[in-house]
Amino acid sequence: MIFLSNYIYYTGAFGLIFIGLYILLTRHNLIKMIIGLSILDTGVNLLLISIGYIKKGTAPIFSTPNLNPQNMVDPVPQALVLTAIVISVAVLAMALSLAIRLYQHYRTLDMRKIKEQRW
Amino acid sequence: MRNIISIILLIIIFFAVIFSISEIPFGIPKTKVGSYYINKGIDETGAVNVVTSVVLNYRGFDTLGEVTILFIAALGLGAVLATIERKTKKAIIPSSIVLSTGCKVFFPFILLLGTYIFLHGHLTPGGGFQGGAIIASGYLLVYLGCPKRRINQNHFKIIESLGGLTFVIIGLLGLIFGNYFLLNFLPKGIPSILFSAGIIPIIYIAIGFKVGSELAGVIDNLIEES
Repeated sequence: MIFLSNYIYYTGAFGLIFIGLYILLTRHNLIKMIIGLSILDTGVNLLLISIGYIKKGTAPIFSTPNLNPQNMVDPVPQALVLTAIVISVAVLAMALSLAIRLYQHYRTLDMRKIKEQRW
Repeated sequence: MRNIISIILLIIIFFAVIFSISEIPFGIPKTKVGSYYINKGIDETGAVNVVTSVVLNYRGFDTLGEVTILFIAALGLGAVLATIERKTKKAIIPSSIVLSTGCKVFFPFILLLGTYIFLHGHLTPGGGFQGGAIIASGYLLVYLGCPKRRINQNHFKIIESLGGLTFVIIGLLGLIFGNYFLLNFLPKGIPSILFSAGIIPIIYIAIGFKVGSELAGVIDNLIEES
């Protein structure tokens, strides 16, 4: 329990990552697998953001003049996650377009019924 | 069978993660790079929002690659979906009067909000990518609420190319005025007013137009196929 209360953001991030991995491994429907991939992306982004967090920290924006720079959270993971979110949108769009093509070709989204895609 | 194997695999990963993650401390002071950006960021770039100065000034080349990835994904989506022969148009069901009036009323305000967010990217949380996504959501509202309206794809493509070109040209101008790509050659101005931070607002305006038109094009492609 101490681990849970000290590392609450890490626990949440890895919870999302495990949910995404479980969906990817066990579901057969292609749309559900894409949803799992999206949840996995969100978990990784949350993990990166929470590594840069400081206890009682503020956003790294000097919106009022007398803010203490020591209290600001790390801006580097936030800039990296901005990149990662855009790339995950690109991956999602490509995956959905390929799913549309797959459905029009095989008339099904079930990966068990597509012979070349079975594992 | 498959479920059991997956759960065993996940349990193994879980224990590996527990042992490694308990070594990473949580909530400690930041790294050297992060404190450098926070302490020197305003003087060196003029942007009040430190994340923006990292994204567009210290790591601006990375952002150019990111924009390129988004462009290639939109292009690939169009290429994958374009090979299908056009089917006969389905009969469009007209939406109710509440929905069509609502989308007509809200569409300009959504565009205004998106524009505000990418204009103030160096002062408030937000920026080109977020503002562009909001603009694309306005177009999504039009596509869902008023099904008869269609926006010309070619205009999107022209705006997108102009946005990308502006980014690259500003970067190359830095090479002319100074000695490296994406040099902040314009005057920095007083921090925390709108006309400050040199080239950062100009690049964010270009990215806002580019991302907005790109995502709206993606929505258009996906809706045409469904």
